[in-house]
Amino acid sequence: MTDIKHNHRKVKLNADPNAFLLHVLREQCDDASVRYGCGSQHCGACTVLIDGQAENACGVPVWSVEGRNVQTAQGLPDDAVGRVVLQAFIEEQAAQCGFCGSGILMRVTALLKQQPSANEALIRETLSRHLCRCGAHARILRAVRLAQKNLKNENVIS
Amino acid sequence: MKTLSPSLTTSPLAKQWLCFASEDLFELRTGKVELGQGISAALMQIACNALGVLPSQIRWVAGDTSESPDEGYTAGSQSIEVGGEAWRCVGGIVRSHFSLAAAQFLSCKTNDLSLKAGRFISLSGESVSYYTLAQIENNAWFNLRLDIEQPEPVLLHIETARVKRDDLLIKFTGAGFIQDLKLPDLWHARVLRGLHPDLYPLELDLVALNALPGIARVLVQNNFVALLSRDEGALIKAHAQAKLITKWSTPNLPIELDAEKLLPSLPFVSHMVVESKSVDLDPCLPAHTLQRRYSRPFIAHASIGPACALAESVESGIKVWSHSQGVFKLRDQIAQALHLNQNQVQVCHAPGAGCYGHNGADDVAFDAAFISSTWGLNVRVQWSREDEMSLSPMGAASVVDIKASINDVGRICNWTTQVWSPTHLNRPGWGNGIQLLGAWSAFENCLSPAPKDVPLPTGGGLRNAIPAYDVGDLSIEHHFLDTSPVRVSALRSLGAHANVFAIESFIDELSDAAGIDPVAFRLNHLSDPRARNVIEQVAAQANWHKRGEAGTGHGYGLGHARYKNKAGYCALIAHVEVAERVKVHKVWACVDAGMIVHRDGLLNQIEGGILQAVSWSLLESVRWNAQGVCSQDWENYSILSFNDVPDLDIQLVDAVQHPSLGSGEVATGPCAAALGNAVAHALGIRARHLPLSTERLMQAIEESND
Repeated sequence: MTDIKHNHRKVKLNADPNAFLLHVLREQCDDASVRYGCGSQHCGACTVLIDGQAENACGVPVWSVEGRNVQTAQGLPDDAVGRVVLQAFIEEQAAQCGFCGSGILMRVTALLKQQPSANEALIRETLSRHLCRCGAHARILRAVRLAQKNLKNENVIS
Repeated sequence: MKTLSPSLTTSPLAKQWLCFASEDLFELRTGKVELGQGISAALMQIACNALGVLPSQIRWVAGDTSESPDEGYTAGSQSIEVGGEAWRCVGGIVRSHFSLAAAQFLSCKTNDLSLKAGRFISLSGESVSYYTLAQIENNAWFNLRLDIEQPEPVLLHIETARVKRDDLLIKFTGAGFIQDLKLPDLWHARVLRGLHPDLYPLELDLVALNALPGIARVLVQNNFVALLSRDEGALIKAHAQAKLITKWSTPNLPIELDAEKLLPSLPFVSHMVVESKSVDLDPCLPAHTLQRRYSRPFIAHASIGPACALAESVESGIKVWSHSQGVFKLRDQIAQALHLNQNQVQVCHAPGAGCYGHNGADDVAFDAAFISSTWGLNVRVQWSREDEMSLSPMGAASVVDIKASINDVGRICNWTTQVWSPTHLNRPGWGNGIQLLGAWSAFENCLSPAPKDVPLPTGGGLRNAIPAYDVGDLSIEHHFLDTSPVRVSALRSLGAHANVFAIESFIDELSDAAGIDPVAFRLNHLSDPRARNVIEQVAAQANWHKRGEAGTGHGYGLGHARYKNKAGYCALIAHVEVAERVKVHKVWACVDAGMIVHRDGLLNQIEGGILQAVSWSLLESVRWNAQGVCSQDWENYSILSFNDVPDLDIQLVDAVQHPSLGSGEVATGPCAAALGNAVAHALGIRARHLPLSTERLMQAIEESND
């Protein structure tokens, strides 16, 4: 048994400690928002926040998250910053197929919590850990800027 | 009588397209499916406008072989032209039919009726709904045909509302994809395959495979080997291990060479496809002749989400969930391969990650269907990243050779194109036989179709091979390769990427030889006013006249085409900087896709088309060696990074007097060409072979020094 927090809720995972978090979240936590894209930590589709840090869940063994808080896109509507980021992505229609979206949303949420005024270069550098095949990049960048503006206006973070 | 959308010929009754479920629920059906291109919103907009109903009143059923009209593939930028036109017509006829019934019911004239949220309202304020009218005159409605002329009464007013894509929230935060579907008593399965579709296991160590952690069953029929587990994570690890411990056959592949050397060295059959003489009465005397060769390599679809399907054994046979672009053809092919009747196989579309053409979606659906029907299991099969990048079909490579002459005032007198390419289309149902990877390995005598390409005017390898310009005498020859080192099929825009890159690069080379500005040179040879308009517009957007001298390291280049020579127009200018590699700073585009249906959806498609073309044209090339495909993962197949995304400036021409056209593929060729021309302007040296990578640029520089 591994005890973790899944979007701030305590859960007990009955999984091989060496199993990767990606599959355990999908199978045991009923959380489809974490996506399998490559299984080799290249594409970023499975990005989650572990105690606030963005990580590729496809490379994180379950034993390493014992006692830690794992946040996923499923929990974004309940997160003060995540909610605003999510809303901005929908407002800007920042996707085509949307498969890369949940991972990118998590990375952006972590970035804007840590550096709300991140400049264009830092935003791009941070997002370069993610692949998008549809070419929605320009919309995604616009959505990040909108989220920054809205977070500032709503005084969610100063 | 105007030409009907082909969809109405296969499904000619109104009731095949919609059902009035209740006062406030309209079930609307389409054969065109959501591939992430936002088509559902655009089609719903057309349907809502035509019927006078609200988006919130609609249940949208797309691509279910038991319910939807068969509209063929969702491909080729045809969904607005064919699927949209079908709904415009269906909506118009249904509205007209019920306006007459409503006028009778409310004892008023049709031109006194308003239509709002599915209710007809008379001047006095009395109203009746589609639903009620349908109940009253069930028979007439049930027999309402779409292929006969109907009176179309003009109503006083039809209230319309803007449709916004409503699928993003669930796709961002929950179970929005086929990968997330669940079935009772579900098995996860992966099929054991090598790094090339031709590979098969030389020996199978079934004891070792069965002993892999997490593996509950190993299913084998001929060369089809599936590993099953209840635990997907354990299955993925076991599948990777199984691949390593299996001894594979060696594929008989030609040594990888650059496309321009490889393709003409393989066996091909030549056809002269176009031979036409100039109709110009003014004789054009050639003063200068130029001949150049261009190419593009094989390019992977490289979906972000590997192919996935589910299948369930049901009383009538099997039910399959697939993100295929053609559920009806897939159903027919699965039934044929498994010796079932069509009505024993149901295929339901569920959204996957973007596919951009024929990728592994159909193959994995067969994998699931075969396991389910043979072993009676409910199963979910998802391919690995390696499977996706090595086994699914690739976009075909092309070599394009162009020769033309200009006279002493820079007029083109004649033009000859030769194209070497394998087929650009191998979809299931194209040709005779089965086009499903798993069927080839499961059944020894499974016939795979003889390769054939798409003929002009649509064209596969020859798509957009005919120049849009007035070029005098014209001949076009296709050298068709019936083999290919990697599996090939439809990739966004098919041959248009290579052909437009070649033609537009060559036009720049001719304009240079003539000493005429590339924009002016194009306009001198272009009579179509819509083509001229997009070029003039984009030149103004980008301040073309200020582009400056060649060879400064910064370059501006133009590319233009009318997709398939009959669809949307796109002109595009790229600004690049070339140092160790090509950096794209900005792309301007002007697109005329007829009357705009859904502006944001259209912009999204064009933005995506441009950025994907930047990726293909600068970075991408499928690689192989003696063991199979070696660009099988993201480490070995790079695509565009967020660091390299250019600024975009897109203008749309809302040509309301022209029919709406698809736009998913308009930008691909023009973007490749604009990049090639911008690089040539930046360097003063032309690179003619894609991708415009550092290696290829060095090659071009070396050749220019020879």
